[in-house]
Amino acid sequence: MITSFLLGGLDRKTGIAILVLALIGIGVTYSNAFLADASPLHVSTGNMLLFGKYAAYALLAVALDLVWGYCGILSLGHGAFFALGGYAMGMYLMRQIGTRGVYANPILPDFMVFLNWKELPFTWVFFDHFPYAMLMVLLIPGLLAFVFGWFAFRSRVTGVYLSIITQAMTYALLLAFFRNDMGFGGNNGLTDFKDVVGYNIQADSTRRVLFALTVGFLAVGLWLASSIVNSKLGKVLIAIRDAESRTRFIGYRVAEYKTVVFTVSACMAGVAGALYVPQVGIINPSEFSPANSIEAVIWVAVGGRGTLVGAIIGAVAVNWGKTWFTGVLPEFWLFALGALFVAGPLLLPKGIVGTLGGLFSFGNRPSRVVPTSPEPAE
Amino acid sequence: MLKSIAAAIRRLSLTIVAIVAVTIVQPVLAADIDGTIQLLTTDGYSDTIEAIGQLSTSGHPRALAIVQALSDGKLQFSDSAKKVYIDTGAGLVDAATGDAVATPPADVSDVRQNNRVRGVVQAALGALSLFNPDPQKRREAAEAVFKSRDENALPAIDASLAKETVPEVATALKIARAAIVLFKSDAAEADRVVAAQAIQVAGTQDAVALLRSLPADAPKTVVNTAQASAKTIENNLALWSTAQNAWYGLSLGSVLLLAAIGLAITFGVMGIINMAHGEMVMLGAYVTFMVQEVIRNHFPSLFDLSLPIAIPLAFIVSGLVGVAIERTVIRWLYGRPLDTLLATWGISLALQQLVRTTFGANNREVGSPSWMSGSFQLGQLSITWGRMWIIVFALVVFAGLILILKKTPLGLQMRAVTQNRSMASAMGIPTPWIDALTFGLGCGIAGIAGVALSQIDNVSPNLGQGYIIDSFMVVVFGGVGNLWGTLVGAMTLGIVNKFLEPVAGAVLGKILVLVAIILFIQKRPRGLFALKGRAVEA
Repeated sequence: MITSFLLGGLDRKTGIAILVLALIGIGVTYSNAFLADASPLHVSTGNMLLFGKYAAYALLAVALDLVWGYCGILSLGHGAFFALGGYAMGMYLMRQIGTRGVYANPILPDFMVFLNWKELPFTWVFFDHFPYAMLMVLLIPGLLAFVFGWFAFRSRVTGVYLSIITQAMTYALLLAFFRNDMGFGGNNGLTDFKDVVGYNIQADSTRRVLFALTVGFLAVGLWLASSIVNSKLGKVLIAIRDAESRTRFIGYRVAEYKTVVFTVSACMAGVAGALYVPQVGIINPSEFSPANSIEAVIWVAVGGRGTLVGAIIGAVAVNWGKTWFTGVLPEFWLFALGALFVAGPLLLPKGIVGTLGGLFSFGNRPSRVVPTSPEPAE
Repeated sequence: MLKSIAAAIRRLSLTIVAIVAVTIVQPVLAADIDGTIQLLTTDGYSDTIEAIGQLSTSGHPRALAIVQALSDGKLQFSDSAKKVYIDTGAGLVDAATGDAVATPPADVSDVRQNNRVRGVVQAALGALSLFNPDPQKRREAAEAVFKSRDENALPAIDASLAKETVPEVATALKIARAAIVLFKSDAAEADRVVAAQAIQVAGTQDAVALLRSLPADAPKTVVNTAQASAKTIENNLALWSTAQNAWYGLSLGSVLLLAAIGLAITFGVMGIINMAHGEMVMLGAYVTFMVQEVIRNHFPSLFDLSLPIAIPLAFIVSGLVGVAIERTVIRWLYGRPLDTLLATWGISLALQQLVRTTFGANNREVGSPSWMSGSFQLGQLSITWGRMWIIVFALVVFAGLILILKKTPLGLQMRAVTQNRSMASAMGIPTPWIDALTFGLGCGIAGIAGVALSQIDNVSPNLGQGYIIDSFMVVVFGGVGNLWGTLVGAMTLGIVNKFLEPVAGAVLGKILVLVAIILFIQKRPRGLFALKGRAVEA
C-alpha cells in the first residue's frame, strides 16, 4: 500500500523535477569538489551555500503549497515552523560547541554563562544527542501545528481569519523568543557553531554534504507532497479546498483532514529550517517575523499555487532576485518585491508553472483553472 | 568597629536632641544670638555643644549657616574680638550678621571639634531642618523623623508643629509625631491608639510596614488599631493602583482604537484585508512631520496649531492614496480575499520603501504642542495631557465615524452596498464609487490616527508595522462589521494588557493576550459582537 502511495506521487512533472534535483545535487557537489577554481563550470563554496539556502527555502515553499495550494489553508505563520525546526537544530549545534566557547563551559552555552545561569534548563537537556535533536526537529513544529490546527479547524476558523491568527501565532513566538528568560539566546539567537556530528561545520567537505542533503530532502519532500496530493487523501483535500461545506456534508471529517495535512506540512517546514541553520550558521528570533512567513507565501504564488514544482521554482526565482537586487540595487528590492505581490495576483493568478502549464499543457494532469478563492468572501 | 562608631554617633545625636528638647521650652530670642556667639569663642567643647543646642532651636536666620559652617570646618573665632566668622574661601564674614569683614583680628583660629562635637553638629543640622524657612526642607526633615522614629525628636516636632502654617508640612509633621508616639512604650495607651489611626493619613507602603512592625509586647488595642490602619492603607493603595492600571489601559485602548478604527471600515465593513493599513497610519504621521517642518521654518508662532492643521491634511493624503489603491489594485480582486491580502502587503512594502528613500530610514522628530505636554494630578494619579487628549481624540473620531455611517447619505449608501451589492446597484447607487469612497474613508481615518500616534511613537518608515497585527486583533476580537465591537474590543485589549503587565511583564503580557485572542477566535470565530442574519453569509 505504501509503495502504491509513493508510486502514485511519481507523476511526470514530479519525476522530471526529482531528476533535475538529483542532477543539481550531484553536479554542484562534484563541481565544487573536483573542478579547478578557474574552470567555468566550477561552483564556489559561497555559491553552493547560497543554493543550499534556496533549496531549504524551496522545501518550505513546497510545505506551504501543500496546505495552501491543495487545501486552501493560507498559513501566514509557516515561518514559525521553519524557525522552530531551525532552533532545534541550533540547540544541537550549540551543545556541540562544548569547551570551545568563549567561557569554555563544557555544559552551558555561552549565553547562559553570560546570564549567570547555573544549570541547563530542561528544554536543553537531551539536545546533545543527534537523534533526539532530529526527532525534535519533526516533533516540535508538528506538535504545535497539530494542537493549533486541531483547535482552529475544529471550530471552523477558515479563510482570512485563519491567516490572521496564524500570523498572530508567529508574532507571539517572535516576541517570546526575544525574551532572554526563554533560554534560547534572546535577541542574538544561536550562532558560532563549531561542528555537526563530529565534522567541522566550516569545512568545504561538510558543506558539500549539507548541500547534497538539503537538495535530497527537497526531492523527498516534493515526492512525499506529490504522493499525498495524488492519493485519495489528496482528492479529499482538493474537495475541501473547492467546497468545504459540501465535503463535510458528504460525510468527510474536514477538520481531521486539515489537521493531518497541516501537521505534515509543519514537519516539512521544520526539516527545512533544520537544514537551513547549519548552512547559514545562525538562527535568531527574526526568523519568526510575520514578514518572513508572508514572503514565503509569495514564492508559492509566483511559482504557481497548487503545482508543488512551481513552489520550488518560485522560491528559487524570488530569492535569486533578492540576492541580485540587494547586491546591485539595494533600495529597489522592496519595490520589486512589492510589485511582485501586487502583480502576482493581478496578472499571473496561476503563477509561472500554472500559466505555462495552461499554455503548453505542461504536466500530465489536465490543467484546471484553480479558483483562487475557495471560500466565500467574508 | 563600624557598628560601635555608629552606636556612639547615635548616642551623641540623642544628647543633642535632648538638649534641643530642653532648650526649646525657653527658646533663645533671635536678638539673643550674641550670647550664643560668646559661647563659641571660649574654645571649649562643652560650650560649643551648648551653643549648637541653642542655635538649633533659636529660629535665627543665621543659625543654619553657622552650624553648616561648623560642619564644613569653616567656622572661626577670635578670642580678642569675641566674634565668630565664617570662612567663605574669598574672605571672612561675620557669622552673626553675614556681613563681610574687611580687617579680621589677628588671633583668628578654627572652632575646634572632636568626635562628640561632630556628632552633635550632624544631629543639630537635622533638627534645624525642621525649622528651615523652606517648606520643602521642613517636609523632608519631618519624613526623615518618620523613618527614624527617634523619641527624642518629639519635643522638636511639637515645637515645629505649633508654628507650622503650610498644611502639607503640618500633615507630614503629624504623621512623624504619630509614628514616634506609636512606638513610645511609655506613652499612654489611648495616645498610641490615636497615633495608630493618625498614620493612616500617610497612605504609603512605608506606613504599612511601620504599622506592621509594632513590637509584640504593645497593648492589644494598639496592635489591633495598627493592623486595621494598615489594612485601610493597603486597600486604598490597591484601589489607586487599580485606577492607575485602568487609566493606562484606557490610554493603550484608545491608541488601539485609533489604529484599528480605519481597519474596522476597510476590513470590517468592506471585507478587504488591507495589510497596507499600517502604512496609511505612517503616512499620516509623516504628514504631521511635514506640516511641522513648514511651520517651524516659516510660521513658528503657529506651532501649537500644527496638529489641528495636520489632521485634515493627513486625512486627505491617506484617503487619496487609499482611493488610488482601491481603483488600481483592489477592485480587480473583489471576492479573492487571500489575493487581496498579498497584494496589499506588497503595497505596504513599496510604501515603506518609498518613505524610506524620500525621508531616510531614521526616526523623524515630531514635536508636541504646548497644550499636550505636562500633566495634572488626580488623587494619587498622575495624568499626562498628551494621553488625555489622545483618549478624547479617539472617542471623537469614533463618534464622527458612527455619525457618518448612520446619518449621512454617503453612509447610507455604504451600508447598502456592503449589505447587498446587487440590490444597491439596482437602486441606482454607483457601487464602484461607493467602494472607492468607503476604502478612502477607512484609509483617511488611518491617516488621522497617524497624526495622534506621531505624538507617542517614533515616526519612522516602520511605524505602521507595529500596529497592523494589533489592529487586526482588535477588529477580529470585537467582531467584524461592527464599529461598537471595535470600541469594546480595543478598550478590553488595552485594559487587559495593562493589568497583565505588572504581573507577567510587558512582553509576556502581550504574548498572553495574543494567545487569549487566538483561543477566543476558536470559541467565537466571528468575534465578540457577531453580525447576525443573512448578510453574514453573503
